[in-house]
Amino acid sequence: MKGKVWKFGDDIDTDIIIPGRYLVLRDEKELAACVMEGYDPEFAKKVKKGDIMVAGKNFGCGSSREHAPIAIKGAGIFAVVAESFARIFYRNSINIGLPLIEAKNIEGHISQGDIIEINIDKGILKDLDTNEEFEIQPLPDFMLEIMKEGGLINYLKNHLQEIKEG
Amino acid sequence: MAMTMAEKILVKASGNKEAEAGEIIMANIDIAMTHDLTGPLSVEYYKIGIKKVWDPEKIVIVFDHQVPADSIDAANNHMFMRKFVTEQGINNFYDIREGVCHQVLPEKGHIIPGEVVVGTDSHTCTHGALGAFATGIGSTDMAMVFATGKLWFKVPETIKFDITGKLPDNVFAKDVVLNIIGNIGADGATYKACEFRGETTRNMSISDRMVLCNMAIEMGGKTGLVEPDEKTINYLKGRSTKPYETMKTDNNASSLETIHINVNQLEPQIACPHNVDNVKPVSEVEGTYIDQVFLGSCTNGRLNDLRVAAKILKGKDISKNIRMLVIPASREIYTKAMDEGLLRIFIDSGALVCNPCCGPCLGGHIGLVGPGEVSLSTSNRNFKGRQGSSDAEVYLSSAAVAAASAIKGKITDPRTI
Ligand code: SF4
Repeated sequence: MKGKVWKFGDDIDTDIIIPGRYLVLRDEKELAACVMEGYDPEFAKKVKKGDIMVAGKNFGCGSSREHAPIAIKGAGIFAVVAESFARIFYRNSINIGLPLIEAKNIEGHISQGDIIEINIDKGILKDLDTNEEFEIQPLPDFMLEIMKEGGLINYLKNHLQEIKEG
Repeated sequence: MAMTMAEKILVKASGNKEAEAGEIIMANIDIAMTHDLTGPLSVEYYKIGIKKVWDPEKIVIVFDHQVPADSIDAANNHMFMRKFVTEQGINNFYDIREGVCHQVLPEKGHIIPGEVVVGTDSHTCTHGALGAFATGIGSTDMAMVFATGKLWFKVPETIKFDITGKLPDNVFAKDVVLNIIGNIGADGATYKACEFRGETTRNMSISDRMVLCNMAIEMGGKTGLVEPDEKTINYLKGRSTKPYETMKTDNNASSLETIHINVNQLEPQIACPHNVDNVKPVSEVEGTYIDQVFLGSCTNGRLNDLRVAAKILKGKDISKNIRMLVIPASREIYTKAMDEGLLRIFIDSGALVCNPCCGPCLGGHIGLVGPGEVSLSTSNRNFKGRQGSSDAEVYLSSAAVAAASAIKGKITDPRTI
């Protein structure tokens, strides 16, 4: 999967991704129209389907609002790549089927507008503008399974009885 | 096997004999909380193909973020959630009058030591102050809980914060936790349980312990924890009759690290825009211009915070350029503050006292700040856009700094008043 990079710094919090005043909204498209508004009010208009967000450490820190990954996914973002993610955002994203890619040492190596290619099976992320390659941290097996089944709701549909009987 | 408190609680909830940090376990959930803002997304459990929630008695619903409804969208969300409450027969429902979820749950006896509590709110970690394993989750995770009563967890490693010394006058739990976050950073405890220990923690009231645990998430923590003791047991008297088990960290349990903090010389602390870990002693930011002061929230909207602020404000006027909002965190606090005459002091000094709710804390309801304005707030987050305009600034402090600053119209060290 290839996509154009939108570059962000460290500690991108959930209030930047989707401010509190929009949490009354539930529709993916309505939420997507305000995504990253605190950072760049025009972002939702500029972003194209299949683009990739690339950020530093602690992406998604703050609130438990699932509106944040929903807004990102709704805007057409294919995946978020970061040096590290905040815990609740990480779970929420996998649960709704938004791929998160943890890759170390990308800071200062990938630039705004670059085209990057992500190969999850091989665990490699490549910047096609610079030809640099980065290793991807694998998802824990359990989360990979949820991701492969299209998110937690689908996973539950398929495994409800096993989980209940536990 | 020697275990930490966090490990013991999760092991018990999973029905296993032991577990080590890093293991993934499936835990039975004791309390599942949701509120008016994240509730509507959580109620999607039916998409799994289920008609009834697993156990209506274990679900608690609080309306606190947008109460009373300030827009038709909010009113719609409230209607939607009330319908869910009726359909599912949920008795633990607190409509618009009761206050902020993280105050209402412990007050009403829903939190007891040793249980696993999840909430679709990141500050659910507050409840660890009573010795429960409490953590924030998203709406889809909550859908799983509503459907099955279970949720998977990675058993966290524990960081012990060993807090010692006597807090100087006008220095509070908020200053301690801001100081810790400033030192270890906004991701310093990511995925970890933050256990607060030491004589200073032991000497703190349950309210103050809640302040510490409330802000565990601001360093990335999965939960805050304090070992239950006499104070915990006294707090629970008259609130809960449920039997409980108090779990304690074994001395030789392997924890990731111990961080020692001595508070004898601690100054009041301020988190400066736009990150909670951008912490400075008040002396470095004194004189900073402010437009609004917000005293409230699940961090510092409790009775002892109102008492501290009222003591400073008594007989004084707040500065003409300041709007001050006082929002007690719950109805119980509101009525006690009324009986003690605190509300009168606030109103006489020129402050506005609002109904118990989240208020401007999350920038979704009342008291928002406009472009270029500066807010000083006793809440827990100062992210860009948090209290209104993304061109506004938010500083965080204790109730004492908030009250002193309201009088002077600029950030002020309460020790100088
Ligand atoms: S007071 Fe603020 S931090 Fe606490 S629950 Fe309400 S919005 Fe969240």
